[in-house]
Amino acid sequence: MSALTNLTVGDVVAERTVHLTRESLVRYAGASGDFNPIHYRDDIAAAVGLPGVLAHGMLTMGLAVGTIESWLGDTGRILEYGVRFTKPVVVDPETGADVTVVAKVGAVDDESARIDLTVSFNDATVLVKAQVRVRTV
Amino acid sequence: MPVNPELVGRDFAPTAPYLVGREKVREFARAVFADDPQHSDPAAAQALGYADVVAPPTFAIVVTDATLQQLLGEPDSGIVLQNVLHAEQKFRYSRPIVAGDELTARLSVTGIRAMGAAAMVTSESEITDAAGEHVVTATSILLVGEGDQ
Repeated sequence: MSALTNLTVGDVVAERTVHLTRESLVRYAGASGDFNPIHYRDDIAAAVGLPGVLAHGMLTMGLAVGTIESWLGDTGRILEYGVRFTKPVVVDPETGADVTVVAKVGAVDDESARIDLTVSFNDATVLVKAQVRVRTV
Repeated sequence: MPVNPELVGRDFAPTAPYLVGREKVREFARAVFADDPQHSDPAAAQALGYADVVAPPTFAIVVTDATLQQLLGEPDSGIVLQNVLHAEQKFRYSRPIVAGDELTARLSVTGIRAMGAAAMVTSESEITDAAGEHVVTATSILLVGEGDQ
């Protein structure tokens, strides 16, 4: 029996902190094809009224679910994954940004479980309703 | 110009096939800090029953980019990229994307809801493989502000 069959609501199944730098943003821009300059140019970020250069929301969404992969084993178990983007992750040119992910069991039924991801930066939640439904059988 | 409500139900052509490459999967996995070997090592992916390396779950967004371009490219859409904010994203999977897949996305706009001068636009991209089988549906909710620039 795998670890996926004995889940209790509230269990923390995985957690990690990912350190983002400007290099991370350039790397994600290249890998994803999203070259919106607010993710690498301070002057443009400032011109559109942002507090600084921001991480791509899809980068945050991607690294958040990556947290549970080793626990899950096979990413083919993921049936659904959704998030709401609420607060930006501002990536300082010198000190970067630390994004913390805590994955907890939110609900369990006979065939699947809902894993709730708490994703925070500077003690504020940046993704709301970040939920992964995984097949447990 | 506000968002054109006639986008709902409009017929969009399927996107040109996207061939998923092994190195692209490795590159994307590294970029999203997905360090599990199923994304980089073909032997690890094969041990899980896949033909080649498995793309991380959010890789589907790369394939849906062409549909976003279609939406922005509609001359009467009323949507200007600079005014678009990504509010919500959801994926529903039949199976993960694997290197070697040839994927096509089909866009539909399923809802437009006015919010003052802005609008919430819900778009769905249904991604299918070369055999026509469903792989993943990506649902994006975009908050579209008003403005011509």
